[in-house]
Amino acid sequence: MSKIVEGLYYAESHEYVKIEGEFGYVGITDYAQHELGNVVYVDMPDVEDEVEAGADFGAVESVKAASDLISPVSGTVVEVNEALNDQPELVNADPYANWIIKVQLSDATEVENLMDAEAYKAHIGE
Amino acid sequence: MIRNYDKLIFELSKEGRMGYSLPKNEFEGYCMCCGIPAHLKRETTPELPQVTEFDVVRHYTNLSNKNFGVDTGFYPLGSCTMKYNPRINEEMAAHPAFTQLHPDAPTECAQGALEVYYNLAASLSELSGLSAFTLNPYAGAHGELTGLMIMRKYHMLRGDHKRTKVIVPDSAHGTNPASAAVCGLQIVEVKSTAKGTVDVEALKPLLDDTVAGIMMTNPNTLGIFETEIPEIAKLVHECGGLLYYDGANLNAVLGKCRPGDMGFDIMHINLHKTFSTPHGGGGPGDGPVGVRAGLEHLLPNPQVKKNEQGIFYLTTDEESAGCVSGFLGNFAVIVRAYTYILTLGRENVKMVGPLAVLNANYVKESLKNEYYLPIEGVCKHEFVFDGLADKSTGVTTLDIAKRLLDYGYHAPTIYFPLLFHQSIMIEPTETESKETLDEFIAVMKKVAQEAAETPDVVKAAPYNTPVRRLDETTAARFPKTTYKQMKG
Amino acid sequence: MKYFPHTQEDIDSMLKVAGVKSLDDLFSEIPEQLIFKREFALPEAMSEVEIRNFFDTLGKKNCKLTCFAGAGVEDHYAPSIITPLIQRGEFLTAYTPYQPEISQGTLQYIFEYQSMICELTGMDVTNASMYDGTTATAEAMMMCVAAAKKRRKVLISSTINPKVKKVVETYAFYNGVTVETIEERDGVTNLDNLRDKLQGDDVAGVIVAQPNFYGIIEDYTGVAEMCHEKKALMVMNANPSALAVLRTPAEWGADIACGDGQTLGIPMNYGGPYVGYLACTNSLVRKLPGRIVGSTTDVDGKRAYVLTLQAREQHIRREKANSNICSNQSLMALYVTIYTSLMGHKGLKEVNKLSYAGAHYLAEQLVATGKCSMAFDKPFLNEFAVKTNVCPKKIQAALLEKGILGGVRIADDMLLFCVTEQRTKAQIELLIDTVKNL
Repeated sequence: MSKIVEGLYYAESHEYVKIEGEFGYVGITDYAQHELGNVVYVDMPDVEDEVEAGADFGAVESVKAASDLISPVSGTVVEVNEALNDQPELVNADPYANWIIKVQLSDATEVENLMDAEAYKAHIGE
Repeated sequence: MIRNYDKLIFELSKEGRMGYSLPKNEFEGYCMCCGIPAHLKRETTPELPQVTEFDVVRHYTNLSNKNFGVDTGFYPLGSCTMKYNPRINEEMAAHPAFTQLHPDAPTECAQGALEVYYNLAASLSELSGLSAFTLNPYAGAHGELTGLMIMRKYHMLRGDHKRTKVIVPDSAHGTNPASAAVCGLQIVEVKSTAKGTVDVEALKPLLDDTVAGIMMTNPNTLGIFETEIPEIAKLVHECGGLLYYDGANLNAVLGKCRPGDMGFDIMHINLHKTFSTPHGGGGPGDGPVGVRAGLEHLLPNPQVKKNEQGIFYLTTDEESAGCVSGFLGNFAVIVRAYTYILTLGRENVKMVGPLAVLNANYVKESLKNEYYLPIEGVCKHEFVFDGLADKSTGVTTLDIAKRLLDYGYHAPTIYFPLLFHQSIMIEPTETESKETLDEFIAVMKKVAQEAAETPDVVKAAPYNTPVRRLDETTAARFPKTTYKQMKG
Repeated sequence: MKYFPHTQEDIDSMLKVAGVKSLDDLFSEIPEQLIFKREFALPEAMSEVEIRNFFDTLGKKNCKLTCFAGAGVEDHYAPSIITPLIQRGEFLTAYTPYQPEISQGTLQYIFEYQSMICELTGMDVTNASMYDGTTATAEAMMMCVAAAKKRRKVLISSTINPKVKKVVETYAFYNGVTVETIEERDGVTNLDNLRDKLQGDDVAGVIVAQPNFYGIIEDYTGVAEMCHEKKALMVMNANPSALAVLRTPAEWGADIACGDGQTLGIPMNYGGPYVGYLACTNSLVRKLPGRIVGSTTDVDGKRAYVLTLQAREQHIRREKANSNICSNQSLMALYVTIYTSLMGHKGLKEVNKLSYAGAHYLAEQLVATGKCSMAFDKPFLNEFAVKTNVCPKKIQAALLEKGILGGVRIADDMLLFCVTEQRTKAQIELLIDTVKNL
């Protein structure tokens, strides 16, 4: 059974966002990393790039699959998780500790369109 | 043992050895050292092997022993048409009159070569029912891109700039959307019916004045003939779009029916599939593109033409879709395909499709108790199983594929098409005998039995191959793609 | 028919298993009007004897010429053992190495090919090969645009082979990329013009050639810095054989190197098959299209090779892939690998030395005839342009009569001559005498 963390917001495309003040930490869920298998590469945007809710900002690759990363929120990328460049497997090990981008939110109300832990649990059928 | 040979050519290198013989310098006094300024010369010596000729012969012979080709054994790789590659094709392609001809030789000195090109193009027209062919594209995907360029150019020349959408069935190969994207077109997917064919009702609402065309194979990826193609062609043409035929599956219908007669406007052919030229471990192939009457001027430059005196010449057309190659395609591959057509002749070419289809149906019917056949009925040149009939074993399509390697077969195409989770796509081709197919059928049944009785044996296969299952994750996480990187 | 194994008995018993009565019944679902009913307008089947005679006749319609033409395709020596090795059925008749356990032969030679291309170009990484040099350069253009994200303009030097330029422009046109030409000055890229064109901060990449179309070895000092300062990538289309002696794309600071491997011993084949190479720095590897082979181990710890980084490719990324290329020019990559193994760095250097000597001798002697003058006063390797004060068509025709494929005409008064290690002094003297006697 996949791990789901309370207090985060979830998108149907299996990204989560953790809100801390005006910032959001975006990553993929435990369910997503499990479906994808061994992650071999995370394609991340550059700092200062704009992301838009519902639009892709990168991709996660396993050996024989690739999955677009769809941002659950809009804003400006203020940090990318550089550790993933050398250790993409961290996404498999703990996807919630290893967020992918940190976004300065442009519209804090957007999270209302996302699912909470319980709704996401239902979404993935667990 | 030979199969354990694992040296790289670099590891045979020894300072002082050489594998070449070059003529003496007849022009003393012309020295590169002083003639080229130092800052234009390379600073380092490339680390290339220093080996003898015999080292090289033995090394690559040993490597070849770790490979499996059509010459080695049965190769039921779906969608790839792994038929026999005749050696007479190779002999003709190696004719010095062709191999030693510079592509910028004046056309009056290259009449023989141009005649081969022209005649193959004309033969492909006759076999496909389209008006004219270019042989310039180098491969199937390259032909596909060229065909889409022609489609776009057609609309552009009519001032119809908003047609930028291409419809592809959801069963299409990934190359179709990738080619469309490179050509600046957007993809719209059309659903398949439960039978795996294009859903005409789902297609209708997609057809508007932004549609450039539709890309299809027929028979499709599942080996099913799209019987509604006349209706589809009518609908697409009525909305102003063009029909593109992906020739990947042409072998199924070669000699029996023609894409041009089905209503297609543009198509590509893979000479390395349908016309028996070798796959060469991934290329070179050639991807001729044909068009219906009225679109000939859009074919890429240069174009080969024949005048009234029977003289062949090169020409360029201003309205052409452009230039997609340095010269006239993979010419030596063109020679091979033409040799094949001449060898078959008009009396045998019409048997290619029927015998290929017979072989596919024979294998399908013989195995459908052991393997799950999601779509019943007569198939064309290939068909798809969705894994084992018995789903309780935990043995996957990958395991089955790997186990087949142990028994001396190449695996079928696996996990494609994406319509099923455990796709096993089998294409036997017309050049395989009943005995070969019977042996393969027996082995497939044996693997199914093993899956039921000793699933762990199948899951850890292969055992008898030069190497066993590989660590692909580490290869992708820490790519080492050269000897230098490997040495660290 | 020798390619069809089916006896009538086989057909009958197989039809029974297939559950149909006749071969025609296998196609019964196809609408009647689509079934092809007449005879194909093709010749009757030919025996091998007839095939050989037929192609001999065709071959005689081509002229056997001593080749002094270059312009991207050179008549180099091909060692005798290459053909028998690449004709081994295990190499020739294999498919793409998707089942690595039984494709180690193909995978390993591609790994060796990649290693050699990286040694020659100095770049970090290369793919398993492209169709040819023109399409490899077009792919390099698309890599620049993909890496730059928002910029959709590429500059290309007017000193590059016009055939390469045309293909790049074709790809760019449909891809929505603007291609601007950098002017030339005295046969080389005008670097002032390049600097001006970079000022708009909208250029994704700059494509230059080495040696250039005129055979000139260009001095690209400062070009990489100029590009990188403006966040543009530098692409160098280079002749890989010449890179055994010339400053490498990596040494010039290029981000991408590309070109045609034909000069590494591949027969001229009237234009193909050749092999394109495409190499880049490590930081661009995810933008590199096509197959890449990497080393790994199997479950028993044995060294092995496998297609890697596949999630970049069209069969997985579909419309998001950077390129639609599926295949590589594998067998021609093997050709180049065997050639380069035999030559080593010393052999390649020797090839360049011999070609250099022959070309410089020819250039000097052509000028001495009084009919030609050097078009440019710039260093060159084995190819050079001359201005002629006789009509170049006349020179070409006179040479053809002597069985010589003279220079390629590149302007109304300009011919391009190429000399390789295969050209003897006697052949060169014949060329010179013919021009002299015009």
